[in-house]
Amino acid sequence: MPENYIVRYLPLLFHMLIAAVLAGGMVVLSYFVGYRRPTRAKMSPYECGMTPVGDARGRFSVKFYLVAMLFILFDVEAVFLYPWAVILRQLKMFGFYEMMVYIGIVLVGLFYVWKKGVLDWNQTSTRRGTI
Amino acid sequence: MLSIQTFLIVAVIKTLIALVVLLTAVAYTVWLERKVVGHMQNRWGPTRVGPFGLLQPLADGLKFILKEDLTPPHVNKPLYIAAPIIAMVFAITSIAVIPFGNPITVFGKQIPLQIADVNIGLLIILGITSMGVYGVALAGWSSNNKYSLLGGLRASAQMVSYEISLGLSLIGVLILAGSFSLKDIVDAQSGVFWGFIPKWNIFQGQIIAFFIYLCSAYAETNRIPFDLPEAETELVAGYHTEYSSMKFAMFFISEYANMMTVACLATILFLGGWHGPMFGPALLQAVLPLVWFGLKVFCFLFLYIWVRGTLPRFRYDQLMAFGWKFLLPLAIANLVITALVVAWTA
Repeated sequence: MPENYIVRYLPLLFHMLIAAVLAGGMVVLSYFVGYRRPTRAKMSPYECGMTPVGDARGRFSVKFYLVAMLFILFDVEAVFLYPWAVILRQLKMFGFYEMMVYIGIVLVGLFYVWKKGVLDWNQTSTRRGTI
Repeated sequence: MLSIQTFLIVAVIKTLIALVVLLTAVAYTVWLERKVVGHMQNRWGPTRVGPFGLLQPLADGLKFILKEDLTPPHVNKPLYIAAPIIAMVFAITSIAVIPFGNPITVFGKQIPLQIADVNIGLLIILGITSMGVYGVALAGWSSNNKYSLLGGLRASAQMVSYEISLGLSLIGVLILAGSFSLKDIVDAQSGVFWGFIPKWNIFQGQIIAFFIYLCSAYAETNRIPFDLPEAETELVAGYHTEYSSMKFAMFFISEYANMMTVACLATILFLGGWHGPMFGPALLQAVLPLVWFGLKVFCFLFLYIWVRGTLPRFRYDQLMAFGWKFLLPLAIANLVITALVVAWTA
């Protein structure tokens, strides 16, 4: 194990490069080896054998955006907890109380989101017009 | 002390060995799954290619390469090709920071059984596995197909939702071990209580965390009962509907490689890593940790397959409610209680 801190991460980089070469190689290999005989039916979007109606660039539920936003909020919370968890033994009860204040605030947020119906995906809550 | 050049050469050799082992394991997990699910459903599973169908993965691989490689004209071509590469690269990269055993001594030099021995291993794994969602989301969007789009959206929403519970379930383990290094986490689990119960985290009050990890991991890897992104009955094949040939196989490989990572991580974090009963001569003692590690990973993978053969699929609103309204509060409660006990006794 070399002393240089950065060198310890080089194997990870090498591993990633080798993985990329492997993955790229697989795509190139099947491009050259596989035969190709395209027909019009093969080239149309798969829609269970029916003639495709429009393309897939339509609108989709706003719920997915809401989940993405919630993810960012709560994931930041999780990331903030990691360093605290590692040194909790040194912080003792002081660290515990401090973090409880933070978790309390986050839980209030979760409660608000819950009551607003953001976490409900079934039809009835959407019809109620909460979101 | 190794010089930097030797260190890097050893690292590359370890990478090559790890990738060969990983890809073979992936191929045979597929075989195992087909076989086990087959027997659970009163069928034989693959039997034709080789004894017990053991050469089936080889035949499948060959078939994938020889199949027609279609790139339909309606797709966004650069992203369509990049998506399987992204999915696969990140799926097989996370194995790099996983330790498989104690360092071994070869030619008088200490070599850790780990490709990149870094002290923030857990954070790197979390980072790399969450990059995997890009492959799925890009595949769904770039295919320009309604099934793919819906599958990709569902997959990304599900993966980001369960990532939070997954991340929070690991905090209990971090509190107990006091380190991000996967090797330190395993070392913290050595020894026994009262002479016979191993000091694995699952027996140290982290059983609820293990349950949360298990559920979230199934959702993260898009497996039954959370395989909504590729629900065959409604979405054909989800985000890889428009993929064929090797590109399809790459999504398959990345799914099983992710299962592998999840199983290794579960072993390291909750099941005591390579610790197990040690006996016999010195040579056997050198191999046993690897055997225990492999056995635990195998049991976890078997559980995956067992669950697949047993449980039906969730509905999407149930899936989201389960993740946000049950697992997330449970994970926070678990972490608060663990923190209280540790801080009180520290």
